[in-house]
Amino acid sequence: MTLKATTGARVIDLSAHTVRELNQALHDLKAADGPREWFVREPRGAHAVACGLTVPVTVHVEGPTGYYCAGMNQLATVILGGNTGTGVAENMMSGLVHVRGNASQSAGASGHGGLLIIDGNAAARCGISMKGIDIVVKGSVGHMSAFMAQAGNLVVCGDAGEALGDSIYEARIFVRGKAADLGADCMEKEMREEHRAILGDLLARAGVDHPVGEFRRYGSARKLYNFNVDHASHY
Amino acid sequence: MCGIVGLFLKNPGLESELGLHFSRMLACMSSRGPDSAGFAIYGHPAPDGALKVTLQHPSEAYDWQALAGSLGGRFKVQPGVRVVSTHAVFTLAASEGDVRGFLGREHPDVTVMSVGSTIEIMKETGTPESVIARFDVAGMTGSHAVGHTRMATESAVNTQGSHPFSTGLDLCLVHNGSLSNHSRLRDSLRREGIEFRTDNDSEVAAGYLTSRLRKGDDLSAALGHALEDLDGFYTFTVGTNDGFAVLRDRIACKPAIMAETDDYVAMASEYRSLAVLPGIADARLWEPEPATVYSWSR
Repeated sequence: MTLKATTGARVIDLSAHTVRELNQALHDLKAADGPREWFVREPRGAHAVACGLTVPVTVHVEGPTGYYCAGMNQLATVILGGNTGTGVAENMMSGLVHVRGNASQSAGASGHGGLLIIDGNAAARCGISMKGIDIVVKGSVGHMSAFMAQAGNLVVCGDAGEALGDSIYEARIFVRGKAADLGADCMEKEMREEHRAILGDLLARAGVDHPVGEFRRYGSARKLYNFNVDHASHY
Repeated sequence: MCGIVGLFLKNPGLESELGLHFSRMLACMSSRGPDSAGFAIYGHPAPDGALKVTLQHPSEAYDWQALAGSLGGRFKVQPGVRVVSTHAVFTLAASEGDVRGFLGREHPDVTVMSVGSTIEIMKETGTPESVIARFDVAGMTGSHAVGHTRMATESAVNTQGSHPFSTGLDLCLVHNGSLSNHSRLRDSLRREGIEFRTDNDSEVAAGYLTSRLRKGDDLSAALGHALEDLDGFYTFTVGTNDGFAVLRDRIACKPAIMAETDDYVAMASEYRSLAVLPGIADARLWEPEPATVYSWSR
């Protein structure tokens, strides 16, 4: 699929330019000047596409990408047009990363803020160590998702794999389908009005129309915050 | 790190292009494994009752014709040894045990890379690009191939420690990962009579499969037992006479991605290696699930 670039947009073809050249051009942008819309063609599985952006531009990547794309994002909107590899939107601070296909393992790892939308499925460890990022997965997530999650929201419209939320701190997990099982110190929790509001807002922003009432909420049982020898068998 | 690729043609009409597509896939994985590279290619079968035996000697000047004469004194050897760089492929009528025994006694400086009806394993140190050029992989034909680019972690960088490892007639294994219980497992397999040539952990995985197959497991059952007995990280690709199989450990840290079209099934450590294949834009793409055996055959 090739999108028609809008007037004034910048087009970079990765069959003719390196990822380093692309990222440097994006890093050279100042807050108020330069093209606001970028189109990246022929990524062919390249790693680290559109990483470390700090200004509010929109980058459309047309095709499948490799590892750690759109990592450390601040303010920018990065739309990945196909499947993407390990660690997409890793350590995102703000902005939006939208994956049109599936994401491999560790999507949104250690993200501090912003919104990550995955139209397909995410593999193992989605949202590992998330620290404030919001993640909406329209399909299912693999095992150990939200492992050691500290803050933010993980919304899964499909099913969740084994050991969901293992060793979780204060993040919220919403799952519409079935959770294969819950990890250590993760439990199902009551869905109160404040949670319905958070979930409804995230679903609307992700363009998902599943009713909020179809989701269950999971979170921390708060028994493993500090080491307690009486809980040794739970670790 | 290491990189793995596999390409299995469902459409026999593409067999003349196998080497071309496979060599491109393997070259893409150079960045994951610059120390050495190797491959198993399943090509033209030996006649009924005969075996293809692929041998290696460190010297490109080695006198393979003399070895052909020596083998001919003991076995019925088809004329026309095919020499490819440091490797040579013989076709002869013998059992695997007899030919391995003879070579071990009479020609201990020659290494048996593979034995089987269709398999040929070739591997050397150096960058994958140099290995591909050395063996003219792009010009090879066949039904399927598996390959490996190695970034050594557990043992020395040499030809014997390169992948694939032979696991029996027409069987081989490539591995991305590292096994933590290989030392103890090697000892117990040695007591069963499995031979090891290196300190390499992946060779133990190959020996383990050989052992399970000898005990009567089929390949799927052998890989199922591997999930119980092998401790560590792994994505394995196993080449068989008529197909290949893929297995990831329960944690599934080591990457794998697969693609299927009407013409082929392909696997690789990264999508970059699949991006070079024809028709990839319309292929079905997926990540193999952890602890799940995937296999294809004709």
